[in-house]
Amino acid sequence: MSISRRDFLLSTLKIAAASALPLSAFKILSPAEARAAIEATSVRWGFLVDTYKCVGCGFCVKACKLENEVPYDAPVTRTWVERYLILKDGRMVADTPLGGRDGFTKLEIQEEIVEPKDVSKAFFVPKLCNQCENPPCVQVCPVGATYQTADGVVLVDRTWCIGCGYCIMACPYGVRFFHPVYKVAEKCTFCYHRINKGMKTACVGACPFGARQIGNLKDPNDPVTKTIMTERVAVLKDEYGTKPQVYYIGLDENVR
Amino acid sequence: MTEAWSYPEALWTVKDLFVYPNEYIYWSVQIVMYPLMTGLVAGAFVLSSLYHVFGLKDLKDMAKFSLVFSFALLLVAPMPLMFHLQQPLRGMEVFFTPHFTSAISAFGIVFFSYSIVVATEIWFVYRKFFVEQAIALKGKEGLGNSLKQKLYSLLTLGAYDISEKALHKDEKAVKILAGIGIPVACFLHGYAGFIFGSVKANALWMTPLMPVIFIMSAIVSGIALCMLTYIVIMEWKKFRIKTSRKSWDVTAAEVGGAEVDLIRKTSRYLIGFMIAAITLEILDLVFRGYTAVKSWEILRSVIYGKDFVDIFILQYGFGNLLPFIMLVLPGLTIRRTAIALVLVIFGVFMMRWNVVIGGQAFSLSFAGYMHYKLPFIPENIETYKEGFFGALTIGLMPFALFWVINKFIPSLKYHK
Amino acid sequence: MSSHVLRPLWVVIIIVILILVARFVIVPPDFGIQERGFMYGYHRKSNEDDWKAFKVKYKTRKYCKDCHPDKYEPIMSSKHRIIQCENCHGPAVDHPEDPPKLVVDKSRSLCIRCHARLLYPRTERAKIKGIDPEEHNAGMECSMCHNPHKPDMEGW
Repeated sequence: MSISRRDFLLSTLKIAAASALPLSAFKILSPAEARAAIEATSVRWGFLVDTYKCVGCGFCVKACKLENEVPYDAPVTRTWVERYLILKDGRMVADTPLGGRDGFTKLEIQEEIVEPKDVSKAFFVPKLCNQCENPPCVQVCPVGATYQTADGVVLVDRTWCIGCGYCIMACPYGVRFFHPVYKVAEKCTFCYHRINKGMKTACVGACPFGARQIGNLKDPNDPVTKTIMTERVAVLKDEYGTKPQVYYIGLDENVR
Repeated sequence: MTEAWSYPEALWTVKDLFVYPNEYIYWSVQIVMYPLMTGLVAGAFVLSSLYHVFGLKDLKDMAKFSLVFSFALLLVAPMPLMFHLQQPLRGMEVFFTPHFTSAISAFGIVFFSYSIVVATEIWFVYRKFFVEQAIALKGKEGLGNSLKQKLYSLLTLGAYDISEKALHKDEKAVKILAGIGIPVACFLHGYAGFIFGSVKANALWMTPLMPVIFIMSAIVSGIALCMLTYIVIMEWKKFRIKTSRKSWDVTAAEVGGAEVDLIRKTSRYLIGFMIAAITLEILDLVFRGYTAVKSWEILRSVIYGKDFVDIFILQYGFGNLLPFIMLVLPGLTIRRTAIALVLVIFGVFMMRWNVVIGGQAFSLSFAGYMHYKLPFIPENIETYKEGFFGALTIGLMPFALFWVINKFIPSLKYHK
Repeated sequence: MSSHVLRPLWVVIIIVILILVARFVIVPPDFGIQERGFMYGYHRKSNEDDWKAFKVKYKTRKYCKDCHPDKYEPIMSSKHRIIQCENCHGPAVDHPEDPPKLVVDKSRSLCIRCHARLLYPRTERAKIKGIDPEEHNAGMECSMCHNPHKPDMEGW
């Protein structure tokens, strides 16, 4: 035996481990490098939703679906609007028919008709990807098919996603789904193609009431940044430690 | 929109009360099968290692069989994932660009290393046999024999030395590989538990106990399946010899079916691991109820309400308590053991089901529910793959594979 | 003879080499760790450009203004000025080349997005003039009586 058993086992282990580790996995930036790279960018996209202004027309959902080619009648959507009614008897009822795509036109909610006189408070809450600072969906992607850009937007590489659904499971906000045509993970991109051309997102543009705004959180003069810095705002489900970058004005404790 | 689209998840998900629009049962029956299969692999291997490493002589006859059977299971373990992936052809990317912050990416490395360990161990155990066959079949007439000879000489990897000294080395290598295999097997399945336990968005899944619970129930299911398969095969052989008129080189009395003594001894290990698994599960449940954090309200309504039958009757009642009583009562017979084993495996299946499907039974809004309707009749490829028959295909595959493998690597011997 | 114990190792090495070769061929060269580190930034860099190159469909009212001042001016002096043209007329995309004509959504379901009466207390929705779509001239198009570009005036 030209090699000791110990050596044999060690080398087997080493090679087994090394084989599965592509070299690029070791190219992890040093903290300083990483910080430099982040600070070098002058943009961090953020979103502001004013729930007082939303009337539940659903134009944002319609525009988003058409702009981003999510099949109009598929039962999934990148952005949606929820209706919450807190009744005088203390009950909470909520719904989002078709994600609010066709607006809210009926008193019927959760299969019962609720008369406005029985409502104690009510609000419409638009939802979209929170583009979290610590996106759990990206953390769990096994192949590097979803990622965060330097300016803070989480995107999916449609040519690389294997469609395991782990990211869908990992998102506490339920913003992800499978694209009904491409069969890969799909999510709100903050209309990355628009914001990079100096435009607003399709949903911001379509909102007649100014309930939705997008801005650069690194620019102190940006109206969105100013509001977030000076007004009382909240984020959704901060207990998950995801650090969402979609801020809400008038967020009620009943909002899920 | 004129583009053709489909959303199969909407076919098997029924929503109730307030559920976010994109929420569906995305992880369905194949993701139940996946930890079940990896669990069986790990369990079968641990059973064989108990003999090789710890020298538990009781398990000697079981060891060879469970080793080869774990290899058959191993080949099937990634199949549920391939059935589940929306882009199965891209599955290899897990090896190409692994993202190690994801529990699933560990699959590439752990699975690969584990396959190597198992295959190598089998090679060392059977090397002598391969060499003998390759030599014996040399020059024999017929295409079958010549193909068989080619296969066996390939399997020898060119190592024809079967001297006493060489075989001694083989034995040592087997012992070492079995020793490495135990932690790797536990890791393989522990990470399957980690896949679920680390999802902070899911209130039911997120618990550090998940990997340990998965390992314990994996070993339970693996031992149970090995015992059951062993019983069925041995009894079948006995039955065939008894009923056929053909003359066999052994008599029914010599085959003797499954050995009660062996079964009794193995079942003791099974009971031990069952106790460990159930203890952990109960601990988890008690702790959730006691701490009663925000999610407990909806979890309680699922555990004690909607999924009560699945959890307490089917999983704990029929899957744990009943077989436990059957196994500990004195005068254990082969038949009673076989029934108990079927129940144990069913119990582990229900545990996987209640974790995977139960974890998606409530909305992230904590204000709504989702029901899973298992597609039975396959209307299209999706409802086949993620339906009853898809799961059945996966469930039967290891037996078919074992049947084929056993033709070339016989692991069941008649006793004298 | 050299130890036969190492034979399986050679098989493993061959498999590993095959995987590495396949990896080299299949993985795009710009795949790697980008700005946000390994946890959040491990991806194919050029995919960012793929997304930037996505087609813009909603061009906003600035795009309509110059060719359709006759429509633009009156609506801008009405209450409906807050509504983008494309909300009702559909995304312009490359109009007038493609599509040469936009299909206007004149349906009741469009108007009742805001004008179905929902008098929830202290909501902006309750301040919008609303109707009960089931009772208010059911089945007729709203634009038969109301001009969406001049909503303050009844009829045409």
